[in-house]
Amino acid sequence: MVTSFPKLLGATVVTLKLLSASLFFGLFLGLFFAILRLNKNIFINKFAYGYSYIFRGTPLLVQIFIIYFGLGQIEYLRTTFLWVILKEPYWCAIIAFTLNTGAYTSEILRSAFQTIKPGIIEAGKSLGISNKIIFYKIQIPIAIRQSLPAYGNEIILMMKGTSLASTVTLMDLTGVAKYIISTTFKPIEVFIVAGGIYLFMTFIIHNVIKYLEKKYSFQ
Amino acid sequence: MELLAFGKTGWGDELFYATLMTIAVSITAMLVGFCFALIFTPLKLSKYKTLNLVGNFYTTVIRGVPELLVIYLFFFGGSGAIMYVASIFGYYEYIEINAFITGSMAIGIISGAYSTEVFRGAIQSIDKGQFEAAKVLGINKFAQFYKIILPQMLRLAIPNLSNVWQITLKDTSLISVTGLVEIMRQSYIAAGSTRDPLYFYSFAAVLYLLLTYVSMKLINKLEVRYSRGY
Repeated sequence: MVTSFPKLLGATVVTLKLLSASLFFGLFLGLFFAILRLNKNIFINKFAYGYSYIFRGTPLLVQIFIIYFGLGQIEYLRTTFLWVILKEPYWCAIIAFTLNTGAYTSEILRSAFQTIKPGIIEAGKSLGISNKIIFYKIQIPIAIRQSLPAYGNEIILMMKGTSLASTVTLMDLTGVAKYIISTTFKPIEVFIVAGGIYLFMTFIIHNVIKYLEKKYSFQ
Repeated sequence: MELLAFGKTGWGDELFYATLMTIAVSITAMLVGFCFALIFTPLKLSKYKTLNLVGNFYTTVIRGVPELLVIYLFFFGGSGAIMYVASIFGYYEYIEINAFITGSMAIGIISGAYSTEVFRGAIQSIDKGQFEAAKVLGINKFAQFYKIILPQMLRLAIPNLSNVWQITLKDTSLISVTGLVEIMRQSYIAAGSTRDPLYFYSFAAVLYLLLTYVSMKLINKLEVRYSRGY
C-alpha cells in the first residue's frame, strides 16, 4: 500500500494533464456547438444536434476505439500531417475526450442560453447596445453563471472518463492501478489508494465549483 | 456488408447475440441497482446521523471513483473475496465467478448509487402534507409507502431514472475489459480477426445509438403513462 502510493501519485499527473487539456478544448468546442444550436438555420441546427446526440448516445470507450484503432486504418490519413497526432495514444485520448465533453458542454450551455430571460436581451437592445456586445457582455456571462452547477458535474464525469485512457495503453491513474493489481494481486489496497486519490480530486473540484457559484451568484 | 452476414461467413449473428448480452447485462445491473437503492435511500433519509453517513459514503464514493476502477476491483478482487468467505466455511477449492455476474454486480453498484440519489430527490420533493395526511388517516407505514408515496414518487423519478438507464447502458461497454462478450468485446474480436476496426467500432457505435434511441422512446411512453392526471 505504501510502496504503490508514489507510483499512483505520479500517474495522477497524467490523469490531470488529460483532464485539463480535454476540458480546455472541450469548452471552446461546446461553446461553438451551443451557438450553432441556437442558430435559426435548420441545417446548422440539426448538424449541431446530431453531433451532440451521437457523442452523448454512444459510450466513450467506443469513441476512443474508433479514433485510436479505427482512424489509423485509413491509408490516406497516414500520409498527412494528422498522422503525427493520431499515432500517439495520448493525443487520440485527448481528441476523444474533447469531442465527448464538447457534446455535453454544448447541451449545458444551450440550456443556459435558453433560460436567459428575453427581458434582459430586450433591455440591452433598448439601451442601444449592439448585438455583438449583448452576446459577449450580457448573454455569455449569464450563461456561464447558469451553467456552473451542471458544468461542475461534467468536470467530475470527465475526470472519471479519463480512466478510459488506460484502455489505449496510456498509463494514467487507473492504468497504473490495474498494472499494480495484476502484478501484486492486492486489488483492495490498490483500490483504496487509487480511489482515494480520485475522491480527493472530486472533492477539490466540487468545492471550487461551489466557491465559484457563491462568488458569481446574483444575490 | 458481407462482413455483417449471418451465419459462418459474417459477424451478424455474433453481433446480434452480443447486443442481446448488452441488453441483458444492462437490465440486470439496473435491477441490482434498484436493490441497492432500496437499501440506501432509507438510510440517506433516516433521522439517525450514523445511518445518513453510511448512505452518503456509498453514493459519494461510487460516484467519485471511475467506473473502470470499480470493475477492476470486482474482476480481480471478486473471486478472491468469495474464496475467502468460502474458506471460513471450510471450502478451499478455486472458485471462479462468471463474468456476467461480476460485470452486472459492478455496474449494478454504480447504477445503484445514481438511483439512490434519484429516489432521494423524488421522495424529498413530495409534499410533506401527503405523509401527514396518511398518518392522520391511520394508514400503516407499509401501505403509506406502496400506495401513496411510491406512485407519486415514480412520476417524479422516471425522467431521471431514464438518465440512469442511459448511463448504465453505456457503462456496460466497460465490462468488455473482463472478457464478457457484449457489443464492445465482440467488435474487438471481429476487428482483430478482420483487421477492420473502423468498420466494426462504427457499427458498435450505431448499435449503441439504436439502443439508446429505442429505450428513450419506450421511457417517454412510460413517462406519459405515469403522469396521467397531471
